[in-house]
Amino acid sequence: MELPATDKELDCQGLLCPVPIIRISKAIKQMEVGQVLKMVATDPGSMPDMEAWSRQTGHQLLSAAEEDKVYTFYIRLTK
Amino acid sequence: MGVEEQTLLDLKLQEYIDQKIKEGVAEALASQTKEEKTPRLAMVASKGTLDMAYPPFILATTAASLGWETGIFFTFYGLDILHKDRYKSLKVGPIGNPAMPPPIPALPSIKVPNLIAALPGMTSVATGMMKSWIAKAKIPTLPEMMEISVESDVRMFACGTTMGMMGIGEEDLIEGCEVCGATTFLDYASSANVSMFI
Repeated sequence: MELPATDKELDCQGLLCPVPIIRISKAIKQMEVGQVLKMVATDPGSMPDMEAWSRQTGHQLLSAAEEDKVYTFYIRLTK
Repeated sequence: MGVEEQTLLDLKLQEYIDQKIKEGVAEALASQTKEEKTPRLAMVASKGTLDMAYPPFILATTAASLGWETGIFFTFYGLDILHKDRYKSLKVGPIGNPAMPPPIPALPSIKVPNLIAALPGMTSVATGMMKSWIAKAKIPTLPEMMEISVESDVRMFACGTTMGMMGIGEEDLIEGCEVCGATTFLDYASSANVSMFI
């Protein structure tokens, strides 16, 4: 799948729950509907957490991939 | 009009009424479920040790990040977390705490025996160790977690009874606390989706 252009990138490598989620919600406050946020994390819980976050907030999780214990997420803001 | 025609008309009227009722009810139901209620988390924080002060704030900040409403009711030892001076120096006790991880990573089967844990200064050692694990894992400090919570409008309820019991005045508590009783908390929790006792 071709990934859209990223409007903002967050490096949360080395950070554990809840810090990545807190950082994401802070970041999206300054973003607009339709924009794309890229988040990179190493927290093993981040994969299920990001799926749950997307379900809870209604924002779109465009892609969630793992490579060598590094997780990369692309989120599109829906509101 | 003949009797037959009258009956037919009645039937048609009945059908029409039934149909309208069905539509009306369906619409009313649909509009009720459409109203999205913001999820709410309610917690009681009753412990005052460093390790037990974290869970309410980790959950609160996470819930706030999801856009939930959150309220924490601090009671008994938990009230120390709202105390202006005490919250910066919460401790964790090693004695009688079999859950305390082994102090020497290279020798995981050796845990601190209670007799040693009872020695003066050991509480500070255990607290220092826990703080260093927290820092190593890059978890925010408790004051930082509390700041994030306050910024996210997490409601902090201070138990009035505990205040009376332990001689704590409102002036001793951090700004932003709401002094109240169990009734207020239960009222808050009655519309919570998630309630928990810590």
